[in-house]
Amino acid sequence: MNLISLFMTSLLTENIVLTKFLGLCPFFGNSSKEKTAISMGICVTLITILSSIITYFIYNFILVPTNTTYLKTLMLILVIASLVQLLILIIKNKYKKIYKSLGIYLSLITTNCAVMGVVLLGINNNYNFIETVVYSLGSSLGFMLVLYVFSTIRERLKNVPKCFQGIPIALVIASIMALIFERYIGI
Amino acid sequence: MKKIINGIVFENPILVGMLGLCSTLAVTNKFENAYVMGICVLVVLVLSNFIISIIKKLVPENVRIPVYILIISTLVTIIEILLQKYVKNIYNVLGIYLPLIVVNCIILGRALQVASKEKVIPSVLDAIGVGLGYTFVLMIVSLFREILGSNTLTLMDNISSLTGYKAIYKIFPSNDILPINLFSKEAGAFLTLGLLIALAKYIGGKHESN
Repeated sequence: MNLISLFMTSLLTENIVLTKFLGLCPFFGNSSKEKTAISMGICVTLITILSSIITYFIYNFILVPTNTTYLKTLMLILVIASLVQLLILIIKNKYKKIYKSLGIYLSLITTNCAVMGVVLLGINNNYNFIETVVYSLGSSLGFMLVLYVFSTIRERLKNVPKCFQGIPIALVIASIMALIFERYIGI
Repeated sequence: MKKIINGIVFENPILVGMLGLCSTLAVTNKFENAYVMGICVLVVLVLSNFIISIIKKLVPENVRIPVYILIISTLVTIIEILLQKYVKNIYNVLGIYLPLIVVNCIILGRALQVASKEKVIPSVLDAIGVGLGYTFVLMIVSLFREILGSNTLTLMDNISSLTGYKAIYKIFPSNDILPINLFSKEAGAFLTLGLLIALAKYIGGKHESN
């Protein structure tokens, strides 16, 4: 039961894009088309889950026993960057079709703060292994959900004033969406 | 001097470059958090540009990005340790956004665009300009958000263990003016920054047509 509520909180009420402001670059950059939004979401979900599993073990079985937890920032960025490179290599060689459609987004994920933010939050909240997996799954699905909803809104936007075009109107929409998602607390 | 002003106004990382939006939105609920975050980013930016412009000839082209990220994350770790030791409260308030400076696109962007091409002094000056531009925008956004959202202005609260005294002001002393709660929430952050960028675009557009 606890796990379900953790999943729902990370998916809706504590959505990483709208309440923690993570992963805003792809949110504003790539979300003008529905299809790319979903591709990006799948990539982020995959990387977030894998890297939170790997960093969970490294953090709890190497950094904590040797009292070097201050190295976690360095460790996280190394794990995420190498994981992304590895995934790119595997997909490039085995699944050429997927690589063609996802290639660019995969390499952008290294500097996507959503992945690192979710992993860091999992560590800071002292989640155990199962909770970490559920939390990262919920958060990254939440990222995908918001990205998709946002892209559908954006496709219908027309007649925006000149100075509001691009990022400013996106920020205003995000603000309204944040207000709506805040209301999910009651559920 | 020209380079610094260029970084603040014409190449402002947030208003013109639209980079580093995550931290801009997250830490601007209080004026104090905003300028501490701005100073942290400024220090990391200046040091990373300095180091990278020195070692740029030693680093081969194809391992440039990993080397730069390692340098930046080492600097961020140093800042984290220092803040944790001397101003624990602010370290707790900034939370995950402090280690997230590593993936702040401004720093890596400046390293790739400027520090890997220019000499030491121009790249440091550029870093100072861009860092100050980032800090100024953070301060403006937080000024609006804190005054409208909670009717206070926090100059020194959590860093008082370092400076020795506190300074929190109430802007409208009378009780019949109620703060707009929206602005201290997440939605207010998006709204304030959106309006600010729109304003910057409007002014920039007028400037160009003249």
